[in-house]
Formats: sequence, C-alpha cells, structure tokens
Amino acid sequence: MSAFVLRFAGVSRIYGVGEQEVHALDDVSFDVAAGELVAVMGPSGSGKSTLLALAGGLDAPTSGTVSVEGVGLAGLDAAALARLRRDRVGYVFQDYNLVTDLTAAENVALPRELAGVGARAARREAVAALAEVGLADLAGRFPDQLSGGQQQRIAIARALVGQRRLVLADEPTGALDSHTSLAVLEVLRARIDAGAAGVLVTHEPRYAGWADRTIFLRDGKLVDATGPRQTPEQLLGRMV
Amino acid sequence: MQKSAVRWGLLALFADGPKYGYQLKNEFDAHTSGGWALNVGQVYTTLDRLARDGLVESVGSNADGREVFAITGQGRQALADWFVSPVTETERPRSELAIKLAMAAIAPGVDVAAVVQAQRTESMRQMRDYTDLRRHEVQSHDVAWLLLVDHLIFTLESEIRWLDHVEATVLRRAQPHRAPTPAAFRPDDVEVGGW
Ligand SMILES: Nc1ncnc2c1ncn2[C@@H]1O[C@H](COP(=O)(O)OP(=O)(O)OP(=O)(O)O)[C@@H](O)[C@H]1O
Ligand SMILES: [Mg+2]
Repeated sequence: MSAFVLRFAGVSRIYGVGEQEVHALDDVSFDVAAGELVAVMGPSGSGKSTLLALAGGLDAPTSGTVSVEGVGLAGLDAAALARLRRDRVGYVFQDYNLVTDLTAAENVALPRELAGVGARAARREAVAALAEVGLADLAGRFPDQLSGGQQQRIAIARALVGQRRLVLADEPTGALDSHTSLAVLEVLRARIDAGAAGVLVTHEPRYAGWADRTIFLRDGKLVDATGPRQTPEQLLGRMV
Repeated sequence: MQKSAVRWGLLALFADGPKYGYQLKNEFDAHTSGGWALNVGQVYTTLDRLARDGLVESVGSNADGREVFAITGQGRQALADWFVSPVTETERPRSELAIKLAMAAIAPGVDVAAVVQAQRTESMRQMRDYTDLRRHEVQSHDVAWLLLVDHLIFTLESEIRWLDHVEATVLRRAQPHRAPTPAAFRPDDVEVGGW
C-alpha cells in the first residue's frame, strides 16, 4: 500500500469541447502523506476547486490518475466511491452544502448514520464535533437560522466527524473572522497531527502558513511548492 | 537593525524601575528571544546617549559595583510621546524586493512571473515556518515575543499579497487585447507605489 493518502499523477481535467474547452487542470502531480496538510493557493479560476473535487471523487479526471490510500478512484464503482466519500473523506464545500431541513447536529450526524453508526452514537459524535468548532449551543438550529460563518463551521464539523483519513477543505475560513478562523485551523491541524491527511484551499497566506506545504496553481498548472523547513535559530535571527 | 528601535526599546524597559546595563540586555533578549542580536556594547553605547540626552541618569552603583541608571522626568515624557506618535520612517528591510520587481517589470527579457513565483515560494516557506514556531512555542514566551513573531507573519502576508498584485498588474499590462471589461468595472491601472 502507498504511504500517501492522496496521490495525483499527471492529472488533467478539461471542461467543454472545441472552442469552449477549458483546461481547468493541466498535468498536475503531487502527494499528500498521512499527518500532512497541503495548502492550495492560486488566483480565482486557477483550478483549486476542480483539484479538490477530483481528490474527493466528486469529479473524474480527463486523463491521469487520482488515488486515495493507494486505490485508484477510476477503478471504483459508484457504490464503492460513495462509501469512500462517506467514510474516509471529509469534504468542506466552498458553499457549505448543508441539508436545509436537517438541524446542525443532524447534518453533522448524517455521514455517521449512513456509515451504520447507531443514531444515538452518531448524535453524540456530532455534538462533540460541533463543540470542537465552538457551536455546541446551536446543535438544534436549522441552517437558515444560522449566520454564514456558523453554517461554515457546521460544514467543517461534518467533514471532521468520525475517523476521516482525508480532509478536503475549500476556503473553509471564507466566512469567518480572524479569531474564529484560527480556532478552526487549530481543530483541522489537530486532526492532521493525529494522522489524517488534508488539503486546504485558501486565498489567505496567513492560513496557508498552517500547512506543511503550499502548492500554487496558475491556469490549471502546478507552478511550485514550498521548500524545506528552517530551524528556530535561523528564524529568530531575522526577528528584526 | 534600526538604532532608534533599540534606543526606544531600552528606554521603555526603564519604565518599571532603575537598571544596570547587563540587566537591560538580558531583559531585552528575554522579550525577543535574542532575535534582535543585541550585544552588550550596543547597550552601553545606547545608555550613554540616553544619559547625554537627559532621558536617563546614573543613580550610583549597586552592591556588585555596577552603575545603575534610572529614567528621568524628561525621559518619561519622551517615552510617553514616543508611544503615542505614529511611526513614519520605518526601516524597510524588504525594499530590495520592491526594487527588484519594479525593475523586472521594465527590464527587457525578464520573466516577471518567474521572479514573482520564486519570491512567493520563499515568502510562503517563511510564513509556514514562523506559523509553526508560533504554534509550538506560544506557551513558553511572553506577549512581547508573540507580537514580534506576529509582526513578521503579517509583514509576510502583505508581501505575498503584494506579489499577487504585481503579477496581476504585469500580466494585465502585457495583454492589452483581452476581452473588454465594462467600463465601470475596469480594473484600475494603478502604478505600483507605496514603497
Ligand atoms: N463544470 C464546469 N464547466 C465548465 N468550466 C468549468 C466548470 N467548473 C469549473 N470550470 C472552469 O474551470 C476553471 C477552474 O475552476 P475552479 O472552480 O477550479 O477555480 P478556483 O481556483 O476554485 O476558483 P475560485 O478561487 O474562484 O474558487 C475555471 O476557468 C472555471 O470557469
Ligand atoms: Mg473555488
């Protein structure tokens, strides 16, 4: 089995045909290991959400292969793919994607119930996940009774609940103030440090700083990634 | 390092009582984790100047025979003024970067995108490392240390945002025949400024 939780090998995604053709991703290769968080940055339209959708099996590449825990997603049938998305991949959508007629707790509990966890246990896990993002008090509210930032944190709780091996987050702090963003990054980082792998799409350099590496996309191409770490001595020597 | 930053930083340490030179250096180091690389000679030179300007005065020697200084009334006033005055002429440690990119944008044959990308990678690397440092060492330092590290993080953030701006500006200039944008929303053709 591969040591990498997520692997992109020569992945391209072309939308449309002929004149309308858009190369959303162009020959992108990278890996994310267990315990590693990779940030993805790049201008609007550079392919960040496309990359995440491919990583989560929500979309399929035009060419190249995407594997999660050593298994190529192209080889999975619809049921196996659905199982993988439900049990092993936590996904925070750019637009939250909450179920509007379920409460906050029910939204978070849903993937656990679908995974066969009993209703009570699922609810307990959901409340714990909500507490992690500071929303234990709002467990009974419906999405339309919550602010944008609160909905976003529920989407994060839903992506983190259970034992997800891969967490994919598309601008998970887009609607949050700086203090709440840092609290969410703490929770995400703790999950990664406990052995999950993560991909964090963000426009904020300060939040990308929480990742182990940052990869940059421009017009669908991966242009570069951050290099090796510096020692504290090297860092503090430049404190002025 | 900027001389006046040291001068004011040391004077501020007198606010809670008289001190001798070595003690000042130790306190300064403790608040900055030694990141300012202040040597004891600099401390004594700065102390002499502060005394010459009447902001501190010698108040005799302690039991070990070290000369002890205290802040004067004039010094307290100057310190209070310093705290409330905005900084207008800061050291610009990254101005080389500003010049490099401005020149890259006008020099023939330079791939500005590549210059930007090389810098962005390096700046992002520093961002990651300072963020790590802050996360892991936040418990073992005082708030002064924390704020100094945060200062670096925010400086890097603005630098990275500025790099995005440089790239977008240069690309836009290089493609005059792009699809027309409605006049009201046309991105302003601002010149890079402010450095
Ligand atoms: N379903 C689709 N059909 C056609 N083109 C698409 C589709 N989805 C995305 N694209 C195009 O692919 C490119 C990449 O889009 P993507 O959503 O990945 O960008 P992004 O980097 O996430 O941008 P943003 O920062 O604005 O969220 C864009 O040019 C977009 O218009
Ligand atoms: Mg997107």
